[in-house]
Amino acid sequence: MTHERDPRPAEGAGRGPAPDPAPPPAPGAPTGPGPRAGSGTAGPSSGTASRTAGSAEGAVPPRAGEPLITAEGLVKHFPVLGGFPFRRQVGAVRAVDGVDLTVRAGETFGLVGESGCGKSTTGRLLARLLEPTAGRIRYRGRDITHASRKELTPVRPEIQMVFQDPYASLNPRQTVGTIVRSPLEVAGIEPPGGRERRVRELLETVGLNPEHYNRFPHEFSGGQRQRIGIARALALEPRLIVADEPVSALDVSIQAQVVNLLRRLQRDLGIAFLFIAHDLAVVRHVSQRVAVMYLGRIVEVGDRDSVYTGPRHPYTHALLSAVPEAATGVAAGREGPEGRPRKERIRLAGDVPSPVDPPSGCRFRTRCWKAREKCAAEVPPLVRAAGSREGHLTACHFPEEPSVTARAEDVVLDPALAAAEGSQDTAR
Amino acid sequence: MLRFLVRRSLGALVILLIISALTFFLFYSIPRDPALLACGKNCTPEALEVVRRNMGIDQPVPAQYWEYMTGILLGRDYAVGPCPAPCLGYSFVDNTPVWETILDRFPTTVSLAVGGAAVFLTVGLATGMLAAARRGTVVDKVLSSGSLVLSSMQIYFVGPLAIALFVYQLGWLSQPRYVELTEDPAGWFAGLLLPWCVLSIIFTANYTRMARSTMIEQLQEDHVRTARAKGMARRTVFFRHAWRGSLIPIVTIFGVDLGSLFGGAMITEFTFTLPGLGRLAVESVTNTNLPMLMGVMLFAATAIILCNIVVDAVYALIDPRVRLA
Amino acid sequence: MTIPTTPGREAAGPAPAAPGDGPFLSVTDLRVRFTTEDGPVRAVDGLSFTLERGRTLGIVGESGSGKSVTSLAILGLHDPRTTTVSGRIRLGGREVTGARERDLERLRGNTMSMIFQDPLTALSPYHTIGRQIAEPYRKHTGASKRAARERAVEMLAKVGIPRPRLRAGDYPHQFSGGMRQRAMIAMALVCDPGLLIADEPTTALDVTVQAQILDLLGELQQESGTAIVLITHDLGVVAGAADNILVMYAGRAVERGSAAEVLGAPRHPYTWGLLRSTPDLDSDPDEPLRPIPGTPPSLLAPPPGCPFHPRCAFPPRVAGGPGRCSAERPELPEGRGAACHLTADQQRAGWSAEAGRAGATGSASVPVPADGGADLLRKEGDR
Repeated sequence: MTHERDPRPAEGAGRGPAPDPAPPPAPGAPTGPGPRAGSGTAGPSSGTASRTAGSAEGAVPPRAGEPLITAEGLVKHFPVLGGFPFRRQVGAVRAVDGVDLTVRAGETFGLVGESGCGKSTTGRLLARLLEPTAGRIRYRGRDITHASRKELTPVRPEIQMVFQDPYASLNPRQTVGTIVRSPLEVAGIEPPGGRERRVRELLETVGLNPEHYNRFPHEFSGGQRQRIGIARALALEPRLIVADEPVSALDVSIQAQVVNLLRRLQRDLGIAFLFIAHDLAVVRHVSQRVAVMYLGRIVEVGDRDSVYTGPRHPYTHALLSAVPEAATGVAAGREGPEGRPRKERIRLAGDVPSPVDPPSGCRFRTRCWKAREKCAAEVPPLVRAAGSREGHLTACHFPEEPSVTARAEDVVLDPALAAAEGSQDTAR
Repeated sequence: MLRFLVRRSLGALVILLIISALTFFLFYSIPRDPALLACGKNCTPEALEVVRRNMGIDQPVPAQYWEYMTGILLGRDYAVGPCPAPCLGYSFVDNTPVWETILDRFPTTVSLAVGGAAVFLTVGLATGMLAAARRGTVVDKVLSSGSLVLSSMQIYFVGPLAIALFVYQLGWLSQPRYVELTEDPAGWFAGLLLPWCVLSIIFTANYTRMARSTMIEQLQEDHVRTARAKGMARRTVFFRHAWRGSLIPIVTIFGVDLGSLFGGAMITEFTFTLPGLGRLAVESVTNTNLPMLMGVMLFAATAIILCNIVVDAVYALIDPRVRLA
Repeated sequence: MTIPTTPGREAAGPAPAAPGDGPFLSVTDLRVRFTTEDGPVRAVDGLSFTLERGRTLGIVGESGSGKSVTSLAILGLHDPRTTTVSGRIRLGGREVTGARERDLERLRGNTMSMIFQDPLTALSPYHTIGRQIAEPYRKHTGASKRAARERAVEMLAKVGIPRPRLRAGDYPHQFSGGMRQRAMIAMALVCDPGLLIADEPTTALDVTVQAQILDLLGELQQESGTAIVLITHDLGVVAGAADNILVMYAGRAVERGSAAEVLGAPRHPYTWGLLRSTPDLDSDPDEPLRPIPGTPPSLLAPPPGCPFHPRCAFPPRVAGGPGRCSAERPELPEGRGAACHLTADQQRAGWSAEAGRAGATGSASVPVPADGGADLLRKEGDR
């Protein structure tokens, strides 16, 4: 996957003045489309400066668009124990099985897929909460694949996580202030004006009342709790936030508030997001680039519009066609609304196969309507298919047309559905 | 299933080996010399040496342990006579084989423990489920608070009190005693009824509370609601759908409780002067009868480990999601 | 209640039991109250609707809107010690409210049945799939064990389980998520119920499986003419599957109409908010979503008047002044309509303005709140 690779030398890329034609921006200077000074009066420069003690790279913010974190051939296998008479590893859950991706500075990279596709594991690997089985992770050119606890110390503050369940990820016995302050304490950072002042700024940044500093998580609603989690992630002014299904547990109206907040943070603070979600519509609204995962591999990656309007992988087609939509779904999905072409209808059969024993070759072939012998024999590489836009890569031997409009005939692989529809047709 | 049994038996052997080594070295390195006690008042050094050899304690402790362990598997010869496998040695006190004495006393303890368990499982589960079914009513409150009071009744306190009341004062029950089940079933039952009840009081109280809470939890399960949504009658929902799930935590706790059940049985024996392993163990401690003590320990440990394997197998019977391997 | 059907579903052919011979399910002024330590919770507060055979009613609402409580009340599954249910529920001409438990048992799983959100927990882990499907069939039809088992296999085949005879002997944990929900559907439909309540039937499922299940429910309904109450938080799900929609907020119905009407020309400001804040695959993704400010009210102390007024931008436009929204509870009219004090014209014009459609008449009559995300966020934070 050479397209995604950082062409510049790995170590110290974008930092040294000589090899880099563009001068690195000064600390605290605008890095993204918006100014980085969005977090309150103290400004981010104070936090950035205080971090420099631990990390040399931290002094220089990456420029927008420069690769921030890169995974190459990333693999994570969880052992399956068994055997007789002594237990040993007899197999592996191949949760992530060869993932290449790059998140660029200041962008939101959406990672979508169904349950068990390995998207959450990928997120945890990149945040180095898990140790990869194989492959490489580079953060700003530095190899952190197997970095030790100590080696990770300067990197940790720059990569933060936000979790799905705001109820479970906040300690119910700590006040909001304590929760948001704890990363500062762990990192030993004393911002000018004091930690409490910084925490109050953070609360304001995420749209919470700073007066609520001394309240406990249970006094907040689900959406507000997720904001607390986001404030905590922001405390150390990270460069990358891995957000694992951050809005899935929230009601629609609240979900929209948090989605907008994340968009604003990305724009104003220039933070890059790895946004992991199963909801394609949500991912579309936050991401600039999107990758679709299936059974431990990325099957399609590219610019948002390219993937959503011109998908090439059959699985992406199936996913997009399955999204129920309030606006277009009226009329039972049989007729499009005025002025818009009807969307294709694809109904797959069955569920995702087990990641313990995935299909050979292309992993989607067991549910694909185009599968041929080649699909079982050869693993399709993630490459740019003929007719795809720049940077739009697809892992398929027989890519689909880049359009989501209706086909001449629906693709219905589900036997029960096909039978029921068949009987309806003959009855009529 | 076979794999499960083999694997667990192997594990059990390792555990028993560790237990035996620990207890052996602990017991046989105590400062009191059992030979000196056995030798009597007019003991000469020569006589002491003979006694030592007869007892099998003239060698260093590791060698003794080795002989002890091979004796269990192959049998061994003592000065007083041959000891066929499984040989746990000879009693220091009356020169009888330990194994025979244990076999002689074992049925009493088993009768007590099994009978007691039967009492507290049936009574405890029944009252607990009744309380759960009548949650919030007077029945529930009486059963819940009653079990709280009973759970603090210790055997050595309730035992003598019960004898005084039911045997001497009211004359409803006969004096606790042990009769072989095969000889006189009615006598066996009558003689053990009071010990069973006394042994099971605390257990019953605890199992009542536990059965109540697990049952209430089960009644709130989604699949129990599904059963009601299917139109199943309350009784069917209770006994067919909720009951099985409530057993799982109870079986878990029962496995943990096996040790205290044996312990309770031993205290009960002592309280009611029944000829079981518990009394044997206490006697052996007072007499420094090391082989006997060692034998009882090992025997009890084996019994508890075997029971635990059975308990784990019961899981698979209750819950099809559990696979034994 | 005359509601025009959506053209798509009509084209799919009429249901065997012709709609029109009176409602199969009618709920009138349903009120459900829970007694809690903090006081009474009015989970459902005066809900009325009707549903005909062969039709699907989508009940949409966020958590705490009372939609699931309603379904349990119809089945009579609430604990009478902590719950008071009042109002009238009639099913197939029979009174359900106040019925004896034994009579209710005869209806449940037989005339009315239900499928739940998470099929893994809703199916018993201790019995085989076949047995769980056969159980209500035996109870309600008195069939023999063998006949009930045959029926279970037949049902499994119908919902698309491959090798049904073999799989009937499996336990739920041996099924995948989608297959479990299929088995759940088989179990609910085994006695050919007149009413099926599906409470978030696809929320726990992946999107491709969700599409299969929704289509399957639709096809089975075509065959059997079952009336379906589809409860969900997802507007997209009702859009594809429901004939009529009831939008609930804080225990009350705030809008009702056909799917096309409610989603295409919504009348209630809450429905506008829901539609606006739902991300989709067509609108401009670079525009921020427009969320509803604030959070849903506590049902312990619901706001007086219209429950939505604290989050609503339109009270100033109401005839009679903004005080009316916090004082007077708006009624939901029969048939198509919304429980809102805005006039019908204002309601119609409101969505045109909300949706920002060019050329819509009177789009200027109701101002759209200038809601940059930040303003709204701050509003919530101050709360």
